[in-house]
Amino acid sequence: MKILVCISHVPDTTSKINFTDENKVFDNQGVQFVINPNDEFGLTRAMWFKEKQNAIIDVINVGASNTEPTLRKTLAIGADKAIRIDSEPIDGFFVAKQIADYVSSNPYDLIIAGRESIDYNGGMVPGLIAGLTKTNFITNCTNIEIENNSATVEREIDGGKEILTCDLPLIIGGQKGLVEESDLRIPNMRGIMQARQKPLEVIACSSSDSKTKSIKFHKPTPREEVKLVSPDNLDQLIDMLHNEAKVL
Amino acid sequence: MSVLAYVESSNGKIKKNAFEIVSYSYALAKQLGIKMVVLSFNVENNSELNNYGATTIIKVSSPELDNFDAQIRSNVISQVAKSINASHVVVSSSVNSRYMTPLLAVELEAGYLSNVVELPSSLSPFTIKRTSFTNKAFCDATINSDIKIIGLSSNSFGIIENQTNSSEEVFNATFLDRKITLKSTEKVSGKITIADADVVVSGGRGLKGPENWNLIEDLAETLGAATACSKPVSDMGWRPHSEHVGQTGKPVATNLYIAIGISGAIQHLAGVNSSKVKVVINNDPEAPFFKAADYGVVGDAFDVVPRLIEKLKAFKAQNS
Repeated sequence: MKILVCISHVPDTTSKINFTDENKVFDNQGVQFVINPNDEFGLTRAMWFKEKQNAIIDVINVGASNTEPTLRKTLAIGADKAIRIDSEPIDGFFVAKQIADYVSSNPYDLIIAGRESIDYNGGMVPGLIAGLTKTNFITNCTNIEIENNSATVEREIDGGKEILTCDLPLIIGGQKGLVEESDLRIPNMRGIMQARQKPLEVIACSSSDSKTKSIKFHKPTPREEVKLVSPDNLDQLIDMLHNEAKVL
Repeated sequence: MSVLAYVESSNGKIKKNAFEIVSYSYALAKQLGIKMVVLSFNVENNSELNNYGATTIIKVSSPELDNFDAQIRSNVISQVAKSINASHVVVSSSVNSRYMTPLLAVELEAGYLSNVVELPSSLSPFTIKRTSFTNKAFCDATINSDIKIIGLSSNSFGIIENQTNSSEEVFNATFLDRKITLKSTEKVSGKITIADADVVVSGGRGLKGPENWNLIEDLAETLGAATACSKPVSDMGWRPHSEHVGQTGKPVATNLYIAIGISGAIQHLAGVNSSKVKVVINNDPEAPFFKAADYGVVGDAFDVVPRLIEKLKAFKAQNS
């Protein structure tokens, strides 16, 4: 079984978000970049496939050379090979098109991407790859098992979950539940040393198609100070929610 | 040229989020000077949509559309969009919409922006505001393709009444073969989901253990609210993952979000930031959530919440 895990290189979840160049560009000063959390759940689940079902794991990223430490980390966790498509990611379509072009000449049984990245939150890359390559697609995956050529997938839906089955090849949008937070792996020294020897292929981007562009960022306007209500005066809270906020 | 508003339904009834989708699409069509067409699947009676500006409603009915299948559904929407020469398609931010819309974007060779919160600020270039960095920022983005798909963030535009009369048309769609088989569905019955709720009551570590969740559930029941929880609570297995809200959990965009015993880590705040009004109950006055809330009570949840429930019951009795 060959698995491709799509890796987005994103600011750590605790990062303060700021912009520079007249609010056109994300300010990465002092920002720690990490594997997108939804992708890391998928990578860890892929490791279980490697350990239990001898899967081969490649990872892919569309990004400039500054994403390589993130890719090396995925190799240190246990991926076999990394591919970087050498271009700034312009939009979700651009990224999906690059990956779709790559997998059309390098087929995989399973492609795992996060359900969304925590920076641009487009939530479209796995679905666009599926659409472009006409491959089965399930997102919001919280569990996946594969036997022979068939996948059984649990998908989170509004207010519950459903179990789906389909044939491979398959593209999934992963999230927490594929593995738990406590299952995530911190690379050990041996993994880090091995990662240095593993292939990290850099390939040129295949096209320049994009359909959207982020042109300017704004930070939310600072909110008013919280109105504190005494625990002995809960009637006041209800009154405020009813008459002032009009939500009761 | 027209705006296609795709509205969701469940068990043959229009879903509540449809009113906002139609309100928004009506305003968008007006701004563009073109017509709005509403599309619904397996809905007998669409007349409620006449309150929000619907004039033309296209209906597709088929057992093929009963169980949600993203490939089949996006393909049918694209058939309809092509038949009416849609230049703009508006969809919701529900789990199912987010699932199928990228497939629709490929079918229509359309540019798609999700988490949109406003009408376009410019039509040329087509520029629209969306949230990014999990609600820590907004982004003005342009779409440069001929067909544009807008995923509207829930509770961002609101519901605007516009009384109209509508005509209905039946569209005869063709259906792709089903490649993904639905084996089973597990839904908590009789409970309001986080996605559908106007009010969400959420609990954190401050509740000390799963055995105390009756506090959250009782308050939620009193308010007709959905229940949610913070990340540590779901990580410790006190509550199911499906209740985890925050950056790596579910996004929340309700009218009223009540956080009890949640300190307000930056990742949690990011996930709930789109809620209109936030109330925090926490015994630690230094909890970061107080800086992000509209109303706060510094007090012990075990003391405050039961009394709040009693007072809300009295309030409801008086105001019903």
